[in-house]
Amino acid sequence: MPKTLLRLSVNGEDHDLAAAPHKTLLEVLREEMGLTGTKHGCELGECGTCTVLVDGRPVLSCLALPIELEGRAITTVEGLAGAGRLHPLQQAFAELGAAQCGYCTPGILLTARALLADNPRPTRQEIREALAGNLCRCTGYTKILDAVELAALRSAGGA
Amino acid sequence: MRGVGKERFTVVGQPLPKIDAWAKVTGETRFADDLSLPRMAYGKLLRSPHPHALIRRVDTGRARALPGVYGVLTGLDLPRVKFGILPVSQDEEALCTEKVRMVGDAVAAVAAVDEETAERATELIDVEYEVLPPLMSIEDALGRPEVRIHEYGDGPNVHKAVSLEFGDVESAFARADLVREDVFYFEGNTHLPMEQHSALALWGPDGKLTLWSSTQTPHYVHRLLGQILDVPPAHIRVIATPNGGGFGGKLDPFAHEIAACKLSQVTGRPVKITLTREEVFYVHRGRHPVLMWVRTGVTRQGEILGMHFRTWLDGGAYGSYGVASTFYTGALQTVTYRVPAYKFEGARIFTNKPPCGPKRGHGTPQPRFALECHLDKIAGELGLDPADMRRRILAEPFTKTANHLTVTTIGLGECIDRVVLASGWRDKVGQLPPGRGIGIACSSYLTGAGSAIYWNDMPHSGVVLRADRSGGVAVLCGAIDVGQGSDSILAYLVAEVLGIDPKDIRVHAADTDLTPVDLGSYSSRVTLMCGNAAIQAAERLRGLLLGAVAAKLGVAAEALAARGRRIGLADDPDRSVSFAEAVVLAESIHGVLAVPGSYAPPKRAGKYKGGGVGPSPCYSYTACVVELEVDRETGGVRIDDVWIAHDVGRALNPLLVEGQVEGSVYMGIGEALMEEQVFRKGLHKAPSLLEYKSPTTLETPEIHTILVETDDPEGPFGAKEAGQGPLLPVIPAIANAVHDAIGVRIDEVPITPDKILTGLRRKREGKPARVGPERLPRFTFPPPRIVESAFGQPADGVAPRPFQGGEEGRP
Amino acid sequence: MLRLPPFTYRGARTVGDALTYLGDAGPDTMLVAGGTDLYPNLKRRQFEPKVLVGLSGIRELDGVRGSADAGFVIGALTTLRRVAEHPGLRAAFPALGTAAGLVSSPQLRNMGTIGGNVCVDTRCNYYNQTQQWRKAIGFCLKKDGDICLVAPGSPRCWAVSSSDTAPVLWSLGATARLCGPEGERLVPVAALFQDDGIAYLAKRPDEILTELRLPPAAGTRCAYLKLRRRGSFDFPVLGVAVALQMEGGVVRAATIVLGAVASQPREAPAAAALLAGQRLTPELIAAVAVAAARPSKPLDNTDFTHPYRKQMTRIFVARALRRLAGLPESPRDEEEVA
Ligand SMILES: Cc1cc2nc3c(=O)[nH]c(=O)nc-3n(C[C@H](O)[C@H](O)[C@H](O)COP(=O)(O)OP(=O)(O)OC[C@H]3O[C@@H](n4cnc5c(N)ncnc54)[C@H](O)[C@@H]3O)c2cc1C
Ligand code: FES
Ligand code: FES
Repeated sequence: MPKTLLRLSVNGEDHDLAAAPHKTLLEVLREEMGLTGTKHGCELGECGTCTVLVDGRPVLSCLALPIELEGRAITTVEGLAGAGRLHPLQQAFAELGAAQCGYCTPGILLTARALLADNPRPTRQEIREALAGNLCRCTGYTKILDAVELAALRSAGGA
Repeated sequence: MRGVGKERFTVVGQPLPKIDAWAKVTGETRFADDLSLPRMAYGKLLRSPHPHALIRRVDTGRARALPGVYGVLTGLDLPRVKFGILPVSQDEEALCTEKVRMVGDAVAAVAAVDEETAERATELIDVEYEVLPPLMSIEDALGRPEVRIHEYGDGPNVHKAVSLEFGDVESAFARADLVREDVFYFEGNTHLPMEQHSALALWGPDGKLTLWSSTQTPHYVHRLLGQILDVPPAHIRVIATPNGGGFGGKLDPFAHEIAACKLSQVTGRPVKITLTREEVFYVHRGRHPVLMWVRTGVTRQGEILGMHFRTWLDGGAYGSYGVASTFYTGALQTVTYRVPAYKFEGARIFTNKPPCGPKRGHGTPQPRFALECHLDKIAGELGLDPADMRRRILAEPFTKTANHLTVTTIGLGECIDRVVLASGWRDKVGQLPPGRGIGIACSSYLTGAGSAIYWNDMPHSGVVLRADRSGGVAVLCGAIDVGQGSDSILAYLVAEVLGIDPKDIRVHAADTDLTPVDLGSYSSRVTLMCGNAAIQAAERLRGLLLGAVAAKLGVAAEALAARGRRIGLADDPDRSVSFAEAVVLAESIHGVLAVPGSYAPPKRAGKYKGGGVGPSPCYSYTACVVELEVDRETGGVRIDDVWIAHDVGRALNPLLVEGQVEGSVYMGIGEALMEEQVFRKGLHKAPSLLEYKSPTTLETPEIHTILVETDDPEGPFGAKEAGQGPLLPVIPAIANAVHDAIGVRIDEVPITPDKILTGLRRKREGKPARVGPERLPRFTFPPPRIVESAFGQPADGVAPRPFQGGEEGRP
Repeated sequence: MLRLPPFTYRGARTVGDALTYLGDAGPDTMLVAGGTDLYPNLKRRQFEPKVLVGLSGIRELDGVRGSADAGFVIGALTTLRRVAEHPGLRAAFPALGTAAGLVSSPQLRNMGTIGGNVCVDTRCNYYNQTQQWRKAIGFCLKKDGDICLVAPGSPRCWAVSSSDTAPVLWSLGATARLCGPEGERLVPVAALFQDDGIAYLAKRPDEILTELRLPPAAGTRCAYLKLRRRGSFDFPVLGVAVALQMEGGVVRAATIVLGAVASQPREAPAAAALLAGQRLTPELIAAVAVAAARPSKPLDNTDFTHPYRKQMTRIFVARALRRLAGLPESPRDEEEVA
């Protein structure tokens, strides 16, 4: 299959690359761009592990085609932190032990970031609902919910 | 532990972040599938579509001819040795040569330029099968002895049959006020780590092999590769990559690991094989489906006089850890409550399904479910409060059980008291409105298996510490962190002993070239065994440092303390040197500062066949209360709250312990209510994350975790396990709460809505309000091996190994 | 990793583009909107199109217009999330927002469209499997095989209609606008489907669903209930959509549509007829629920047992009606309250 030239905006930088049109965003990020922070657990839309942000909204990279995403802002876990500084969610996840094996963590961080952007002070139930599309087999979600709450609290307090 | 006052811990007991937390939250952690090497080829396995068939012919010609294919293997390209994780069950081939025993058995492997080409090539391999009758259940397998899945075992399709009697159970029943019998079934389920297994092999031009793999047991994989590939073990290096969840699912050596190695040799390229989700379901080694029968004789107060337990395990197509699993279904019934006389019979049956093995709690959640529901029914019959009854019949600390297990500290009494109080049990049990219920259950689990899977006198865990002139310390240890935080625990323990900050420590783990052997991340052994080895090494290193500083300051080493990155007189901060200076002083005297620590568990196995399964340095204890609501029209169960108290000995980092408890509760809820690994027409019915139901945030309740500390003498600074035990009581607590809610017994896991409705209907119709197995297999267990009950005997003293004790400060 | 098969992708900017591309490429062409249904199917090789015509760039089909009084027009490319969160729609037709908001997961609702949801492929647990799995079991009628593995004696495919929004749109009397090479036509959503697991859409393959139109909301009260194992991810294994035209306390007309019990949404007209001209009493609701469960004939090809799904039809219909009547969820609660 011949490759198509693509310009993707990933983590605030434009990248020119060539990929066959049937390559999903997940494959292009991991295999063409070396951004292996985006993980995968099913490649069928059934787990949320591969979540990235497109224009700030969480989407499943395993079901997204880069060819449809030219001109859109793609954010992966590698782009979550500012230069040399962690996002408050990353800080809270690290401090509270919300990442056990850490495999679901990138997808959950990005989903949570979109939540906090829409709703800076979510209730615990709202956090549960926002994260209902991200499976985690390690944590029982408890520390994840705690960490999102903590990050929200700190962000609201200007931290 | 000498030198570190437990009341003055600085690192231990703190809720610190894990040392790898930063890498995990930034996506920096490199899991196996994240690795790639120049010229890397992608591998794929061709798997059997038949549950049971003879292989007549394999023709790889068309696959080899496909452009982009670098290499194709069949079993004939591998040395013809069968393997298996346990020496007694060497029954697997990486690529089957004569026979396939399940859908998913690998028969050929391809390496190609990319995954698509590799996959297309597997489709071009022609395999001629002669289909055999599939045996898909225990009944099938026992009912058709003329069809044999394996030629070995304790009878046709019987992998293992065991029978042990400790004390006179029948006479105990004769004395009892009540003898009760119950039957239970626990459906199989699987680990479902979010990371799909992956392996990358590089067979270098020097003939040396390196394998990166998402394995929980790099050491066993190393040993196995040495046995079945034509390469000396000394030329093999296995590096375990951080596991994206394991739960026991990455504990066997797998076909894809072996195939990746061999493909790398024949293609001269690095080869990576990453399993698909469906393949992970077939690789399995998860929870055995177990049918159980239990009879217990008790006094009017609920005191157990004798217990007889029978289990039938549906083992699947291979041995795996199954012999151990079989014994585990009978081993730990005795460590929670006083059981003076105990009889256990168990049988593991081969079927044409993916092999079962060790999943979180290995072999013990099933009998725990049965036992705790059985006890609840006994309490009901006797009119006793189930929490109080359990509280009264607890095992005695520092004694032996009927089946010769030595228990040390037991915090179960406190655990029960705490969950009873926290949950408001007394105001709720039997008093909640219809449809709402509350239930309790208890459990216990090993802190590390007392025996290795192969017999030897060497350490089970080793650690090497290397102190650097910079003041940093490197910890080398063979254990792999599977997410539970074992790397961090090592850093905390070493930091505590050396008086430095965990940040000053780097942990280099799980590389068979660089790190001393650790047997693996299973049986909740890592914190205790690696932890004790790390403490031994750190104390030796501290001895060297203190000695050197003492010489410099002209004081006695005993007067010195290591704290706050300094070593010096405890009461005179002016007379001290920095940790880095201390290293320079010590290195000037002793040369390179690299010290080992070793650990092996006490030799306490009962002197009977099978006595090696069950012993552990110490046991964790858990009590759990669940409150839930049953929708009596739909049969749906909503769990509202879980209170769980866990005796962890000592919480080295309470955050990590809570995380383990919460994760265990989560997995227990999934198993109790929805997860099941079931088959249809020989195939896995639902090998996907959509149809294998794993609870989401919306099904996971608030979990109230209470940590109980008993300071066990066997554990590192008193710690016991936390990663598996807390799963065990959750499942029966749910079943008991369902009974409290609707007066129906669901004696079968998972407790699904249609079973609940069936139970309610039976209750309405005046039939027994129970759903569960009605029949037991026709099976004659071997005559029992009669062993004297060791119940109530005091715990034995421990004979230290040559590499333990008396050697402090002299590496 | 599961990967997509190779295809050529043609991104349309207008409906006209899309029709042209469809016409150009012939039978091996498929439309794709959000791709959340199609791409998993392609990865499992349930379809192997040579060309995909992408609709996601068609701006004119994205968005909701109208009002409760005038009725609404929902562009087929509107994401499920936007449908679920649209304040006007939510107020006028809460059942639609509920149904859209219950589809799979939050991520998927950011991608999946309402048009795709109406056209979503039928499901069966002998069919929604990888190619290797289906090959091992011998393939089925719906793809590559010649028998239905659920009902081997049957000449047809019994895959299950699994859309959440379709039963609701049907119950609300929505119409679909279809554009094809010969022009456009409006068809009631009720006429968009047929009871066949393979040819489940009555629309022609060269027609594009462009809009869904909802009538004025006056007097309509509606509810949607969904049965599934988990609160997220899972497809409906039973959906119950109820719409009532109310006049005072009296039901003027009622529509009850069941999802996921047949290869198309299944209306229960006999049950609905019992409601006409009546007040919603607990007794009437119980009788209607029994009647509504009659057309529910699930087979053993989804999650849960099929007798259970059948049994739940009655409960869910009763619950939906009780909710609209302002009664407690189950009669049992009522007894306990009383
Ligand atoms: C894990 C998972 C869970 C899911 N759960 C649910 C669920 O709970 N409920 C549910 O209803 N669905 C569910 N879905 C299915 C699907 O995601 C949704 O139905 C979604 O709305 C489909 O929309 P789409 O735009 O992504 O469709 P696409 O995948 O783009 O298309 C689906 C089909 O419709 C056709 N099509 C799309 N748009 C048009 C159009 N405008 N005109 C003509 N034909 C068109 C396509 O050719 C294709 O055949 C789930 C999917 C996954 C992967
Ligand atoms: S990898 Fe599972 S949803 Fe994308
Ligand atoms: S931390 Fe392991 S899957 Fe979430």
